[in-house]
Amino acid sequence: MLSETDMLALWTTLKLAGLTTVILLLLGTPLAWWLAHSRFRYKVIVEALVALPLILPPTVLGFYLLIMLGPNGPLGPLMQSIGIQSLAFTFTGLVIGSVFYSLPFVVQPLQNAFAAIGRRPLEVAATLRAPPIDQFFSVVLPLARPGYITAAVLGFAHTVGEFGVVLMIGGNIPGETQVLSIAIYDHVEALEYGQAHVLSGGLLLLSFILLLSVYTLNRRYRLTPA
Amino acid sequence: MTIEAQLHLQRDDFTLDATFCVPSHGITALFGPSGCGKTTLLRAIAGLEKETQGRFIIGDTVWQDETHCLPAHQRELGYVFQEASLFEHLSVRQNLEYGLKRLPAEKQRFDFDQAVTLLDLATLLPRQPARLSGGERQRVAIARALLSSPQLLLMDEPLAALDQQRKREILPFFARLHNELDIPILYVSHAADEVARLADHLVLLNGGRVQASGPIAEMLTRADLPLAHDYDAAAIIEASVSGHDTQFNLTQLTFPGGQLSVPRSGSGNGLPVGQTVRLRVLARDVSLTLKQQTGTSILNIVPVTITALNAENARQSNAQLLVQLDANGVPLLARITRKSATALALEPGKPVFAQIKAIALLD
Repeated sequence: MLSETDMLALWTTLKLAGLTTVILLLLGTPLAWWLAHSRFRYKVIVEALVALPLILPPTVLGFYLLIMLGPNGPLGPLMQSIGIQSLAFTFTGLVIGSVFYSLPFVVQPLQNAFAAIGRRPLEVAATLRAPPIDQFFSVVLPLARPGYITAAVLGFAHTVGEFGVVLMIGGNIPGETQVLSIAIYDHVEALEYGQAHVLSGGLLLLSFILLLSVYTLNRRYRLTPA
Repeated sequence: MTIEAQLHLQRDDFTLDATFCVPSHGITALFGPSGCGKTTLLRAIAGLEKETQGRFIIGDTVWQDETHCLPAHQRELGYVFQEASLFEHLSVRQNLEYGLKRLPAEKQRFDFDQAVTLLDLATLLPRQPARLSGGERQRVAIARALLSSPQLLLMDEPLAALDQQRKREILPFFARLHNELDIPILYVSHAADEVARLADHLVLLNGGRVQASGPIAEMLTRADLPLAHDYDAAAIIEASVSGHDTQFNLTQLTFPGGQLSVPRSGSGNGLPVGQTVRLRVLARDVSLTLKQQTGTSILNIVPVTITALNAENARQSNAQLLVQLDANGVPLLARITRKSATALALEPGKPVFAQIKAIALLD
Protein backbone atom coordinates (compact mmCIF):
# COMPACT_ATOMS: atom_id res chain seq x y z
CA MET A 1 0.00 0.00 0.00
CA LEU A 2 2.87 2.36 0.90
CA SER A 3 5.74 2.82 -1.50
CA GLU A 4 9.31 2.48 -0.29
CA THR A 5 9.82 6.25 -0.20
CA ASP A 6 6.57 6.67 1.74
CA MET A 7 7.78 4.08 4.28
CA LEU A 8 11.08 5.95 4.53
CA ALA A 9 9.19 9.22 5.04
CA LEU A 10 7.08 7.60 7.78
CA TRP A 11 10.20 6.29 9.52
CA THR A 12 11.97 9.67 9.25
CA THR A 13 8.90 11.39 10.67
CA LEU A 14 8.57 9.05 13.66
CA LYS A 15 12.32 9.22 14.34
CA LEU A 16 12.28 13.01 14.13
CA ALA A 17 9.20 13.41 16.34
CA GLY A 18 10.46 10.88 18.89
CA LEU A 19 13.92 12.39 19.17
CA THR A 20 12.55 15.93 19.30
CA THR A 21 10.13 14.99 22.08
CA VAL A 22 12.85 13.38 24.19
CA ILE A 23 15.17 16.36 23.76
CA LEU A 24 12.35 18.79 24.54
CA LEU A 25 11.33 16.95 27.71
CA LEU A 26 14.94 17.04 28.91
CA LEU A 27 15.55 20.71 28.01
CA GLY A 28 11.99 21.81 28.74
CA THR A 29 11.99 20.54 32.34
CA PRO A 30 14.58 22.98 33.73
CA LEU A 31 13.26 25.81 31.53
CA ALA A 32 9.64 25.22 32.60
CA TRP A 33 10.77 24.90 36.22
CA TRP A 34 12.56 28.22 36.03
CA LEU A 35 9.56 29.87 34.36
CA ALA A 36 7.19 28.49 37.00
CA HIS A 37 9.26 29.50 40.04
CA SER A 38 11.58 32.39 39.18
CA ARG A 39 10.83 35.86 40.44
CA PHE A 40 13.18 37.35 37.83
CA ARG A 41 11.77 40.66 36.67
CA TYR A 42 12.27 40.08 32.93
CA LYS A 43 10.92 36.55 32.96
CA VAL A 44 8.02 37.64 30.71
CA ILE A 45 10.49 38.23 27.88
CA VAL A 46 11.60 34.60 28.06
CA GLU A 47 7.96 33.49 28.27
CA ALA A 48 7.14 35.47 25.12
CA LEU A 49 10.15 34.01 23.30
CA VAL A 50 9.12 30.47 24.23
CA ALA A 51 5.57 31.12 22.97
CA LEU A 52 6.76 32.70 19.72
CA PRO A 53 6.59 29.50 17.58
CA LEU A 54 2.86 29.33 18.39
CA ILE A 55 2.11 32.27 16.15
CA LEU A 56 5.21 32.76 13.99
CA PRO A 57 4.82 31.48 10.40
CA PRO A 58 6.95 28.31 10.27
CA THR A 59 8.66 29.62 7.16
CA VAL A 60 10.00 32.59 9.16
CA LEU A 61 11.44 30.27 11.79
CA GLY A 62 12.78 28.01 9.03
CA PHE A 63 14.36 30.93 7.19
CA TYR A 64 16.30 32.16 10.22
CA LEU A 65 17.35 28.64 11.14
CA LEU A 66 18.58 28.12 7.57
CA ILE A 67 20.80 31.17 7.91
CA MET A 68 21.94 30.20 11.43
CA LEU A 69 22.79 26.63 10.56
CA GLY A 70 24.25 27.23 7.08
CA PRO A 71 28.01 27.33 6.43
CA ASN A 72 28.04 31.13 6.31
CA GLY A 73 25.83 31.58 9.37
CA PRO A 74 27.01 32.90 12.73
CA LEU A 75 27.43 29.31 13.93
CA GLY A 76 29.40 28.35 10.78
CA PRO A 77 32.93 28.79 12.21
CA LEU A 78 31.97 26.96 15.41
CA MET A 79 30.52 24.04 13.45
CA GLN A 80 33.51 23.91 11.10
CA SER A 81 35.86 23.79 14.08
CA ILE A 82 34.23 20.51 15.13
CA GLY A 83 34.23 19.24 11.56
CA ILE A 84 30.68 20.02 10.45
CA GLN A 85 30.29 21.91 7.16
CA SER A 86 26.64 22.76 7.49
CA LEU A 87 23.58 21.52 9.33
CA ALA A 88 21.16 22.78 6.70
CA PHE A 89 19.52 19.94 4.76
CA THR A 90 20.57 17.31 7.32
CA PHE A 91 18.53 15.26 9.77
CA THR A 92 20.39 16.90 12.68
CA GLY A 93 19.39 20.32 11.36
CA LEU A 94 15.83 19.11 11.16
CA VAL A 95 15.92 18.00 14.82
CA ILE A 96 17.27 21.40 15.88
CA GLY A 97 14.53 23.14 13.91
CA SER A 98 11.84 20.90 15.36
CA VAL A 99 13.04 21.56 18.91
CA PHE A 100 12.44 25.29 18.39
CA TYR A 101 9.22 24.70 16.49
CA SER A 102 7.61 22.48 19.16
CA LEU A 103 9.14 24.20 22.21
CA PRO A 104 5.96 25.88 23.52
CA PHE A 105 3.94 22.69 23.17
CA VAL A 106 6.22 20.99 25.69
CA VAL A 107 7.27 23.87 27.94
CA GLN A 108 3.83 25.34 28.57
CA PRO A 109 2.12 22.17 29.90
CA LEU A 110 5.16 21.52 32.11
CA GLN A 111 5.21 25.10 33.37
CA ASN A 112 1.50 24.91 34.21
CA ALA A 113 1.98 21.60 35.99
CA PHE A 114 4.90 22.91 38.07
CA ALA A 115 3.04 26.11 38.93
CA ALA A 116 -0.01 24.11 40.05
CA ILE A 117 2.13 21.95 42.33
CA GLY A 118 3.66 25.03 43.96
CA ARG A 119 6.51 25.10 46.45
CA ARG A 120 4.77 23.52 49.42
CA PRO A 121 5.30 19.83 48.52
CA LEU A 122 9.00 20.60 48.02
CA GLU A 123 9.21 22.28 51.41
CA VAL A 124 7.47 19.32 53.02
CA ALA A 125 9.93 16.96 51.33
CA ALA A 126 12.85 19.12 52.54
CA THR A 127 11.61 18.97 56.14
CA LEU A 128 11.47 15.17 55.71
CA ARG A 129 15.17 15.22 54.77
CA ALA A 130 14.92 14.85 51.01
CA PRO A 131 17.72 16.73 49.22
CA PRO A 132 16.69 18.85 46.18
CA ILE A 133 17.23 16.24 43.42
CA ASP A 134 15.39 13.64 45.51
CA GLN A 135 12.55 16.16 46.04
CA PHE A 136 12.18 16.51 42.29
CA PHE A 137 12.07 12.81 41.49
CA SER A 138 10.01 11.64 44.48
CA VAL A 139 7.48 14.47 44.61
CA VAL A 140 7.46 16.80 41.62
CA LEU A 141 7.75 14.22 38.87
CA PRO A 142 4.87 12.01 40.04
CA LEU A 143 2.66 15.02 40.80
CA ALA A 144 3.44 16.52 37.36
CA ARG A 145 2.72 13.29 35.51
CA PRO A 146 -0.42 14.61 33.72
CA GLY A 147 1.63 17.61 32.59
CA TYR A 148 4.39 15.34 31.26
CA ILE A 149 1.91 13.18 29.33
CA THR A 150 0.33 16.26 27.76
CA ALA A 151 3.72 17.77 26.95
CA ALA A 152 5.05 14.56 25.37
CA VAL A 153 1.98 13.91 23.22
CA LEU A 154 1.57 17.51 22.07
CA GLY A 155 5.30 17.84 21.33
CA PHE A 156 5.28 14.59 19.35
CA ALA A 157 2.08 15.32 17.43
CA HIS A 158 3.06 18.86 16.62
CA THR A 159 6.45 17.72 15.28
CA VAL A 160 4.75 15.09 13.11
CA GLY A 161 2.65 17.88 11.57
CA GLU A 162 5.66 20.07 10.78
CA PHE A 163 5.87 21.36 7.20
CA GLY A 164 7.16 24.90 6.74
CA VAL A 165 10.26 24.57 8.88
CA VAL A 166 11.18 21.27 7.25
CA LEU A 167 10.73 22.72 3.80
CA MET A 168 13.04 25.62 4.61
CA ILE A 169 15.90 23.86 6.40
CA GLY A 170 15.41 20.21 5.62
CA GLY A 171 14.63 20.06 1.98
CA ASN A 172 13.27 16.85 0.60
CA ILE A 173 15.94 14.14 0.76
CA PRO A 174 14.31 10.67 1.02
CA GLY A 175 15.57 8.76 4.05
CA GLU A 176 17.26 11.86 5.44
CA THR A 177 14.93 14.81 5.58
CA GLN A 178 11.79 13.82 3.69
CA VAL A 179 8.95 13.61 6.23
CA LEU A 180 5.29 12.63 5.76
CA SER A 181 3.89 16.12 5.35
CA ILE A 182 6.40 16.79 2.54
CA ALA A 183 5.64 13.40 0.97
CA ILE A 184 1.94 14.27 0.90
CA TYR A 185 2.74 17.56 -0.76
CA ASP A 186 4.82 15.72 -3.37
CA HIS A 187 2.01 13.25 -4.08
CA VAL A 188 -0.51 16.06 -4.55
CA GLU A 189 1.87 17.93 -6.82
CA ALA A 190 2.19 14.75 -8.91
CA LEU A 191 -1.60 14.29 -8.84
CA GLU A 192 -1.20 10.94 -6.97
CA TYR A 193 -4.32 11.54 -4.89
CA GLY A 194 -4.63 7.89 -3.85
CA GLN A 195 -1.28 7.87 -2.06
CA ALA A 196 -1.93 11.34 -0.64
CA HIS A 197 -5.19 9.96 0.81
CA VAL A 198 -3.45 7.06 2.52
CA LEU A 199 -0.83 9.28 4.17
CA SER A 200 -3.23 12.12 5.03
CA GLY A 201 -5.83 9.74 6.46
CA GLY A 202 -3.10 8.02 8.45
CA LEU A 203 -1.87 11.30 9.93
CA LEU A 204 -5.41 12.39 10.72
CA LEU A 205 -6.07 9.17 12.57
CA LEU A 206 -2.72 9.26 14.40
CA SER A 207 -3.27 12.85 15.57
CA PHE A 208 -6.78 12.05 16.75
CA ILE A 209 -5.64 8.96 18.67
CA LEU A 210 -2.81 10.90 20.31
CA LEU A 211 -5.07 13.68 21.47
CA LEU A 212 -7.71 11.22 22.63
CA SER A 213 -5.11 9.44 24.75
CA VAL A 214 -3.96 12.76 26.30
CA TYR A 215 -7.47 13.64 27.37
CA THR A 216 -8.21 10.12 28.60
CA LEU A 217 -4.99 9.81 30.58
CA ASN A 218 -5.33 13.26 32.08
CA ARG A 219 -8.80 12.40 33.26
CA ARG A 220 -7.62 9.16 34.82
CA TYR A 221 -4.64 10.74 36.57
CA ARG A 222 -6.43 13.85 37.71
CA LEU A 223 -5.74 14.24 41.37
CA THR A 224 -8.84 14.88 43.37
CA PRO A 225 -8.34 18.08 45.32
CA ALA A 226 -8.57 17.75 49.09
CA MET B 1 19.82 22.15 77.30
CA THR B 2 18.34 25.13 75.56
CA ILE B 3 17.08 26.35 72.22
CA GLU B 4 18.79 29.58 71.36
CA ALA B 5 17.57 31.72 68.50
CA GLN B 6 18.74 35.02 67.14
CA LEU B 7 17.28 35.35 63.68
CA HIS B 8 17.00 38.26 61.30
CA LEU B 9 15.07 38.39 58.04
CA GLN B 10 14.48 41.48 55.94
CA ARG B 11 11.51 41.62 53.61
CA ASP B 12 10.15 44.52 51.58
CA ASP B 13 7.34 45.20 54.02
CA PHE B 14 8.38 43.28 57.10
CA THR B 15 11.38 42.79 59.36
CA LEU B 16 11.82 39.75 61.54
CA ASP B 17 14.25 40.32 64.37
CA ALA B 18 13.69 37.55 66.87
CA THR B 19 15.91 36.66 69.80
CA PHE B 20 14.86 34.15 72.43
CA CYS B 21 16.15 31.32 74.54
CA VAL B 22 13.87 28.57 75.85
CA PRO B 23 14.44 25.15 77.43
CA SER B 24 14.75 22.32 74.91
CA HIS B 25 11.92 20.27 76.41
CA GLY B 26 8.16 20.60 76.50
CA ILE B 27 5.97 22.76 74.30
CA THR B 28 6.98 26.34 73.63
CA ALA B 29 4.26 28.46 72.07
CA LEU B 30 5.17 31.25 69.66
CA PHE B 31 2.24 33.51 70.33
CA GLY B 32 1.07 36.81 68.96
CA PRO B 33 -1.50 38.57 66.78
CA SER B 34 -1.89 37.84 63.06
CA GLY B 35 0.95 39.31 61.03
CA CYS B 36 3.41 39.42 63.94
CA GLY B 37 5.80 37.06 62.15
CA LYS B 38 5.09 33.77 63.94
CA THR B 39 4.95 31.66 60.79
CA THR B 40 7.91 33.48 59.24
CA LEU B 41 9.94 32.82 62.38
CA LEU B 42 9.04 29.13 62.30
CA ARG B 43 9.99 28.91 58.60
CA ALA B 44 13.26 30.71 59.31
CA ILE B 45 14.05 28.19 62.06
CA ALA B 46 13.33 25.34 59.62
CA GLY B 47 15.66 26.82 57.01
CA LEU B 48 12.80 27.44 54.58
CA GLU B 49 13.53 31.18 54.38
CA LYS B 50 16.89 31.20 52.66
CA GLU B 51 17.74 34.87 53.30
CA THR B 52 17.59 34.40 57.07
CA GLN B 53 20.67 35.58 58.96
CA GLY B 54 21.74 35.01 62.53
CA ARG B 55 22.08 31.91 64.66
CA PHE B 56 19.98 28.99 65.78
CA ILE B 57 21.34 26.45 68.22
CA ILE B 58 19.51 23.54 69.77
CA GLY B 59 21.40 21.80 72.56
CA ASP B 60 24.88 21.47 71.13
CA THR B 61 23.79 21.33 67.48
CA VAL B 62 24.29 24.48 65.44
CA TRP B 63 21.76 24.78 62.60
CA GLN B 64 22.87 28.24 61.65
CA ASP B 65 25.43 30.78 62.74
CA GLU B 66 27.51 33.54 61.22
CA THR B 67 29.60 31.13 59.15
CA HIS B 68 27.40 28.05 58.57
CA CYS B 69 23.82 27.55 57.53
CA LEU B 70 22.39 24.07 57.11
CA PRO B 71 19.77 23.73 54.36
CA ALA B 72 16.33 22.56 55.52
CA HIS B 73 16.89 18.93 54.52
CA GLN B 74 19.96 18.66 56.76
CA ARG B 75 18.24 20.01 59.87
CA GLU B 76 16.85 17.26 62.07
CA LEU B 77 13.38 18.70 62.39
CA GLY B 78 9.78 17.79 61.86
CA TYR B 79 7.43 20.41 60.44
CA VAL B 80 3.65 20.28 60.62
CA PHE B 81 2.14 22.87 58.30
CA GLN B 82 -1.14 24.66 58.91
CA GLU B 83 -2.84 22.67 56.15
CA ALA B 84 -1.65 19.08 56.46
CA SER B 85 0.20 19.14 53.09
CA LEU B 86 0.26 15.38 52.62
CA PHE B 87 1.72 14.04 49.39
CA GLU B 88 -1.43 13.46 47.35
CA HIS B 89 0.24 10.89 45.07
CA LEU B 90 1.16 8.63 48.00
CA SER B 91 -0.99 6.55 50.33
CA VAL B 92 -1.07 7.28 54.05
CA ARG B 93 1.47 4.50 54.63
CA GLN B 94 3.80 5.84 51.93
CA ASN B 95 3.45 9.35 53.35
CA LEU B 96 4.52 8.06 56.76
CA GLU B 97 7.45 6.15 55.26
CA TYR B 98 8.72 9.11 53.24
CA GLY B 99 10.81 10.65 56.02
CA LEU B 100 11.53 7.31 57.70
CA LYS B 101 13.18 5.96 54.53
CA ARG B 102 15.49 8.95 54.30
CA LEU B 103 16.66 8.64 57.87
CA PRO B 104 20.00 6.97 58.65
CA ALA B 105 19.20 3.83 60.68
CA GLU B 106 21.29 4.93 63.67
CA LYS B 107 19.26 8.13 64.02
CA GLN B 108 15.88 6.42 64.13
CA ARG B 109 14.19 6.99 67.48
CA PHE B 110 10.61 5.87 66.73
CA ASP B 111 9.45 2.89 64.83
CA PHE B 112 6.58 2.89 62.42
CA ASP B 113 4.15 1.02 64.67
CA GLN B 114 4.83 3.34 67.58
CA ALA B 115 3.80 6.42 65.60
CA VAL B 116 0.81 4.64 64.09
CA THR B 117 -0.39 3.64 67.56
CA LEU B 118 0.29 7.02 69.13
CA LEU B 119 -1.85 8.83 66.53
CA ASP B 120 -4.31 5.97 66.00
CA LEU B 121 -3.72 5.59 62.27
CA ALA B 122 -3.87 1.82 61.79
CA THR B 123 -7.16 1.83 59.86
CA LEU B 124 -6.10 4.74 57.66
CA LEU B 125 -2.83 3.28 56.30
CA PRO B 126 -4.07 2.03 52.90
CA ARG B 127 -6.08 5.18 52.13
CA GLN B 128 -5.23 8.05 49.81
CA PRO B 129 -4.94 11.49 51.48
CA ALA B 130 -7.83 12.86 49.40
CA ARG B 131 -10.13 10.46 51.26
CA LEU B 132 -9.26 11.69 54.77
CA SER B 133 -11.00 14.25 56.96
CA GLY B 134 -9.13 17.39 58.06
CA GLY B 135 -8.40 15.95 61.51
CA GLU B 136 -7.18 12.66 60.08
CA ARG B 137 -4.89 14.47 57.62
CA GLN B 138 -3.37 16.48 60.44
CA ARG B 139 -2.76 13.32 62.50
CA VAL B 140 -1.00 11.72 59.53
CA ALA B 141 1.11 14.86 59.08
CA ILE B 142 2.12 14.79 62.76
CA ALA B 143 3.04 11.08 62.63
CA ARG B 144 4.99 11.65 59.40
CA ALA B 145 6.97 14.44 61.07
CA LEU B 146 7.63 12.27 64.14
CA LEU B 147 8.88 9.37 62.03
CA SER B 148 11.75 11.48 60.75
CA SER B 149 12.96 11.36 64.39
CA PRO B 150 13.32 15.11 64.78
CA GLN B 151 15.44 16.91 67.35
CA LEU B 152 12.78 19.60 67.30
CA LEU B 153 9.16 19.52 66.16
CA LEU B 154 7.83 22.70 64.55
CA MET B 155 4.07 23.15 64.34
CA ASP B 156 2.40 26.01 62.52
CA GLU B 157 -1.12 26.41 63.92
CA PRO B 158 -1.90 22.75 63.29
CA LEU B 159 -5.45 23.21 64.60
CA ALA B 160 -6.31 26.47 62.85
CA ALA B 161 -7.83 24.86 59.76
CA LEU B 162 -10.03 22.53 61.81
CA ASP B 163 -13.53 23.05 63.20
CA GLN B 164 -14.30 22.77 66.90
CA GLN B 165 -15.17 19.09 66.76
CA ARG B 166 -11.96 18.14 64.89
CA LYS B 167 -9.96 20.20 67.37
CA ARG B 168 -11.45 18.29 70.28
CA GLU B 169 -10.66 15.09 68.39
CA ILE B 170 -6.99 15.96 67.96
CA LEU B 171 -6.15 17.75 71.23
CA PRO B 172 -5.77 14.51 73.23
CA PHE B 173 -3.04 13.47 70.78
CA PHE B 174 -1.07 16.59 71.63
CA ALA B 175 -1.29 15.71 75.29
CA ARG B 176 0.12 12.28 74.41
CA LEU B 177 2.95 13.82 72.38
CA HIS B 178 3.72 15.98 75.35
CA ASN B 179 3.56 13.24 77.95
CA GLU B 180 5.01 10.26 76.09
CA LEU B 181 7.73 11.73 73.88
CA ASP B 182 10.85 13.63 74.70
CA ILE B 183 10.86 16.00 71.74
CA PRO B 184 10.80 19.75 72.21
CA ILE B 185 7.98 21.40 70.26
CA LEU B 186 7.75 24.94 68.95
CA TYR B 187 4.06 25.61 68.46
CA VAL B 188 2.77 28.65 66.59
CA SER B 189 -0.63 29.88 67.70
CA HIS B 190 -2.76 32.96 67.96
CA ALA B 191 -5.41 31.22 70.09
CA ALA B 192 -4.96 31.99 73.79
CA ASP B 193 -7.00 28.99 74.96
CA GLU B 194 -4.84 26.58 72.91
CA VAL B 195 -1.70 28.09 74.37
CA ALA B 196 -3.06 27.95 77.92
CA ARG B 197 -3.93 24.30 77.37
CA LEU B 198 -0.75 23.07 75.71
CA ALA B 199 2.23 25.32 76.28
CA ASP B 200 4.90 25.08 78.95
CA HIS B 201 6.75 28.12 77.73
CA LEU B 202 5.69 31.17 75.81
CA VAL B 203 7.50 33.40 73.34
CA LEU B 204 5.42 36.51 72.82
CA LEU B 205 5.86 38.11 69.38
CA ASN B 206 4.83 41.51 68.19
CA GLY B 207 5.74 43.26 64.95
CA GLY B 208 8.46 40.73 64.13
CA ARG B 209 10.17 41.10 67.51
CA VAL B 210 10.14 39.05 70.69
CA GLN B 211 8.34 41.06 73.33
CA ALA B 212 9.00 38.60 76.16
CA SER B 213 9.53 34.92 76.81
CA GLY B 214 9.29 32.64 79.84
CA PRO B 215 7.31 29.93 81.61
CA ILE B 216 3.60 29.97 80.72
CA ALA B 217 2.23 30.56 84.25
CA GLU B 218 4.47 33.59 84.68
CA MET B 219 3.88 34.99 81.19
CA LEU B 220 0.09 34.83 81.50
CA THR B 221 0.10 36.80 84.73
CA ARG B 222 2.75 39.46 84.05
CA ALA B 223 1.10 42.86 84.29
CA ASP B 224 3.51 44.41 81.78
CA LEU B 225 2.34 42.01 79.02
CA PRO B 226 -0.96 42.24 77.15
CA LEU B 227 -2.15 38.72 78.08
CA ALA B 228 -2.93 39.67 81.68
CA HIS B 229 -5.07 42.57 80.47
CA ASP B 230 -7.18 40.52 78.09
CA TYR B 231 -10.87 40.17 78.94
CA ASP B 232 -10.16 36.43 79.29
CA ALA B 233 -6.96 36.95 81.29
CA ALA B 234 -6.28 33.86 83.37
CA ALA B 235 -3.74 32.09 85.53
CA ILE B 236 -2.60 28.52 84.94
CA ILE B 237 -2.26 26.13 87.87
CA GLU B 238 -0.61 22.72 87.77
CA ALA B 239 -2.38 20.53 90.32
CA SER B 240 -2.56 16.84 91.11
CA VAL B 241 -5.65 14.76 91.77
CA SER B 242 -5.76 13.90 95.46
CA GLY B 243 -9.14 12.18 95.71
CA HIS B 244 -12.80 12.07 94.83
CA ASP B 245 -15.85 13.05 96.84
CA THR B 246 -18.37 10.44 95.79
CA GLN B 247 -21.25 11.92 97.76
CA PHE B 248 -21.17 15.25 95.90
CA ASN B 249 -19.38 13.98 92.79
CA LEU B 250 -16.36 16.29 93.10
CA THR B 251 -12.70 15.79 92.30
CA GLN B 252 -10.24 17.09 94.88
CA LEU B 253 -7.02 18.66 93.70
CA THR B 254 -3.86 19.72 95.47
CA PHE B 255 -1.51 22.51 94.39
CA PRO B 256 1.21 24.36 96.32
CA GLY B 257 -1.31 27.04 97.33
CA GLY B 258 -3.82 24.62 98.89
CA GLN B 259 -6.79 22.41 98.06
CA LEU B 260 -9.32 22.84 95.26
CA SER B 261 -12.49 21.01 94.25
CA VAL B 262 -13.99 20.77 90.79
CA PRO B 263 -16.97 18.82 89.45
CA ARG B 264 -15.87 15.29 88.64
CA SER B 265 -15.34 14.86 84.93
CA GLY B 266 -14.69 11.96 82.65
CA SER B 267 -16.30 8.57 82.61
CA GLY B 268 -16.58 6.16 85.54
CA ASN B 269 -14.60 7.28 88.56
CA GLY B 270 -13.02 10.30 86.92
CA LEU B 271 -9.34 11.10 86.81
CA PRO B 272 -6.96 8.69 88.56
CA VAL B 273 -5.51 9.85 91.88
CA GLY B 274 -2.01 11.25 91.47
CA GLN B 275 -2.49 12.47 87.90
CA THR B 276 -1.25 15.95 87.12
CA VAL B 277 -3.81 18.27 85.59
CA ARG B 278 -3.74 21.81 84.33
CA LEU B 279 -6.32 24.29 85.59
CA ARG B 280 -7.24 27.69 84.31
CA VAL B 281 -8.61 30.38 86.60
CA LEU B 282 -9.95 33.52 84.93
CA ALA B 283 -9.07 36.83 86.59
CA ARG B 284 -12.72 37.88 86.47
CA ASP B 285 -13.74 34.76 88.44
CA VAL B 286 -11.55 35.64 91.43
CA SER B 287 -12.73 37.93 94.22
CA LEU B 288 -10.80 38.94 97.35
CA THR B 289 -11.79 39.01 101.04
CA LEU B 290 -9.84 40.12 104.09
CA LYS B 291 -11.14 37.30 106.29
CA GLN B 292 -11.94 33.78 105.24
CA GLN B 293 -15.64 33.79 104.47
CA THR B 294 -18.03 31.29 105.92
CA GLY B 295 -21.58 30.97 104.77
CA THR B 296 -20.65 31.34 101.10
CA SER B 297 -21.50 29.05 98.19
CA ILE B 298 -17.97 29.37 96.88
CA LEU B 299 -16.02 26.16 97.49
CA ASN B 300 -12.53 27.21 96.54
CA ILE B 301 -10.95 29.72 98.87
CA VAL B 302 -7.18 30.05 98.89
CA PRO B 303 -4.98 32.21 101.13
CA VAL B 304 -2.79 34.48 99.02
CA THR B 305 -0.51 37.47 99.30
CA ILE B 306 -0.97 40.53 97.11
CA THR B 307 2.02 41.05 94.83
CA ALA B 308 0.92 44.17 92.96
CA LEU B 309 -2.08 46.26 91.98
CA ASN B 310 -2.11 47.42 88.37
CA ALA B 311 -4.24 49.87 86.48
CA GLU B 312 -5.94 48.28 83.50
CA ASN B 313 -5.02 49.28 79.96
CA ALA B 314 -6.22 52.70 78.92
CA ARG B 315 -8.81 51.32 76.53
CA GLN B 316 -10.57 49.62 79.42
CA SER B 317 -12.49 51.36 82.13
CA ASN B 318 -10.33 52.72 84.96
CA ALA B 319 -13.01 51.46 87.33
CA GLN B 320 -11.15 48.15 87.54
CA LEU B 321 -7.77 46.99 88.77
CA LEU B 322 -5.76 43.90 87.98
CA VAL B 323 -4.43 42.40 91.20
CA GLN B 324 -1.49 40.01 91.04
CA LEU B 325 -1.53 37.40 93.77
CA ASP B 326 0.87 34.82 95.10
CA ALA B 327 -0.51 31.52 96.36
CA ASN B 328 2.58 29.96 97.93
CA GLY B 329 4.63 30.56 94.77
CA VAL B 330 1.84 30.09 92.24
CA PRO B 331 0.81 33.33 90.51
CA LEU B 332 -2.91 34.15 90.32
CA LEU B 333 -4.85 37.10 88.97
CA ALA B 334 -7.95 38.87 90.24
CA ARG B 335 -9.88 41.64 88.53
CA ILE B 336 -11.70 43.81 91.06
CA THR B 337 -13.07 47.35 91.14
CA ARG B 338 -10.88 50.24 92.25
CA LYS B 339 -13.60 51.09 94.76
CA SER B 340 -13.25 47.68 96.45
CA ALA B 341 -9.48 47.95 96.49
CA THR B 342 -9.75 51.27 98.33
CA ALA B 343 -12.43 50.01 100.71
CA LEU B 344 -10.32 46.96 101.63
CA ALA B 345 -7.11 49.02 101.73
CA LEU B 346 -5.37 46.50 99.50
CA GLU B 347 -1.64 46.94 99.04
CA PRO B 348 1.31 44.80 98.04
CA GLY B 349 2.36 42.35 100.74
CA LYS B 350 -1.08 42.19 102.33
CA PRO B 351 -2.41 38.66 103.01
CA VAL B 352 -5.96 38.11 101.75
CA PHE B 353 -8.22 35.26 100.65
CA ALA B 354 -8.93 34.57 96.99
CA GLN B 355 -12.42 33.23 96.34
CA ILE B 356 -12.43 31.30 93.06
CA LYS B 357 -15.84 31.08 91.49
CA ALA B 358 -14.94 28.85 88.54
CA ILE B 359 -12.05 26.59 87.55
CA ALA B 360 -11.60 25.06 84.12
CA LEU B 361 -9.92 21.68 83.90
CA LEU B 362 -7.81 21.80 80.75
CA ASP B 363 -6.48 18.28 80.24
